[in-house]
Amino acid sequence: MPYKAKFKVWRGDAESGELRDFLVEVNEGEVVLDIIHRLQATQAPDLAVRWNCKAGKCGSCSAEINGRPRLLCMTRMSTFTEEETVTVTPMRTFPVIRDLVTDVSFNYQKAREIPSFTPPADLAPGDYRMQQVDVQRSQEFRKCIECFLCQNTCHVVRDHEENKEAFSGPRFLMRAAELEFHPLDTADRVPSAQEDHGLGLCNITKCCTEVCPEHIAITDNALIPMKERVADRKYDPVVWLGSKIFRRSKT
Amino acid sequence: MTSGVGAPTRASISARTLRTDRWWLPPLLTNLGLFAFVAYATVRSFMGKWYWVEDYGYLTPFYSPCLSESCLPGSSHFGTPLPELPGWIPLGFVALPFLLGFRLTCYYYRKAYYRSVWQSPPACAVAEPHASYSGETRLPLIVQNAHRYFFYVALLVSVVNTYDAVVALTHGLGVGNLILLTNVVLLWAYTLSCHSCRHIAGGRLKHFSKHPVRYRAWTLVSKLNVHHMRLAWTTLGTLVLTDLYVMLVASGAISDLRIF
Repeated sequence: MPYKAKFKVWRGDAESGELRDFLVEVNEGEVVLDIIHRLQATQAPDLAVRWNCKAGKCGSCSAEINGRPRLLCMTRMSTFTEEETVTVTPMRTFPVIRDLVTDVSFNYQKAREIPSFTPPADLAPGDYRMQQVDVQRSQEFRKCIECFLCQNTCHVVRDHEENKEAFSGPRFLMRAAELEFHPLDTADRVPSAQEDHGLGLCNITKCCTEVCPEHIAITDNALIPMKERVADRKYDPVVWLGSKIFRRSKT
Repeated sequence: MTSGVGAPTRASISARTLRTDRWWLPPLLTNLGLFAFVAYATVRSFMGKWYWVEDYGYLTPFYSPCLSESCLPGSSHFGTPLPELPGWIPLGFVALPFLLGFRLTCYYYRKAYYRSVWQSPPACAVAEPHASYSGETRLPLIVQNAHRYFFYVALLVSVVNTYDAVVALTHGLGVGNLILLTNVVLLWAYTLSCHSCRHIAGGRLKHFSKHPVRYRAWTLVSKLNVHHMRLAWTTLGTLVLTDLYVMLVASGAISDLRIF
């Protein structure tokens, strides 16, 4: 049954803004993005919202719904009661451009700071051979749709703007882990994860994992294993000594 | 609020969070659970009595290994290399600091107390109250990186606890034995599900295919690791239950139900 839902949508720009009230029709099977589109069509034609696939695969429509970082297109209206007011705001970690659209270039900058896949110098493209068992850890991280909800919810930058320079955030620490675990990657990712990308700032409170729409176990499978590898190098004299004595290479 | 979510370039929203669910409940419950355990463990560790049931060989894990001449006869399964201790030193002082360290530096407990005790953050997308943040980059929190060393000691203590539980079986079988054995099995599960254990077992490898045995070990630990949080809380509960049962039997408040 269609009903009129109470919505509060943040409208404004970098200078100022506020939550505005709307009453808008909701039909069975709709998601929050459908309602935002109906708002655009009926009441607020200049409402800015970034979206693309409507299938939870492009990572464009990230926002905060009732204070929780979510994809607009993957949040069903049936999860709210008809009496409930649904509050939609832009992501609160990134600079706002207008309405629900934020400037996520912080993430592109951090992405550029991670050296790309570095295969052995004597291995030509096309000659890459690897076993499934060796690449499967990295493959979990390839599910990332770069919605940046993990970056948005991570309190290291969300609550401390000053950390943005030193901290790349869970998405890009996971990228470093993805390459570090890759059987053909020869670059040494561990020191830079700690020194250049701020892995030590992560206090593994798992919000990145909680909000990931792809259900990637970011903390358990990427961040903690990377922290353990850093501990191998920096904080474990026994492992350090063993690697010197036995001249262990990357195995 | 001029930093964090109140920073000038961000969407101007004055509320610390717009979450409408009961986000405050999990940190509150965590605080209550941790406080209850710490209070109970502290009282029992310093109590200095009702930790050993001679008739059935029950020794509470809070006093194991008991290595001092102050220990009750029979409770020192590994001898008494240490002299009598003043009353303010817990009889289990050899293992207790390491077990405390193991739990304090555990990746799950870190999440739990960072969120609940330190409120950093109290819940996802809820602004934390602190003005600055340096994570685990400085003292004292940089010590969290020593988790693996506490894990090594915790392995030894698990062996000791297993020995205690097995020795108790030589006195017959009672409900206390079942409680001791259950506790030991769960302690092993918690210890082996540790993230450092997962790393040591095989997580540090680049090529699983070159190390099939370690890959198998990593796979098994990974399966346990998924339950690390549940095991962390379950073992706090079983530790208290085990100690409570031994205390009640040792004090004569209840008698042990014997099976044979």
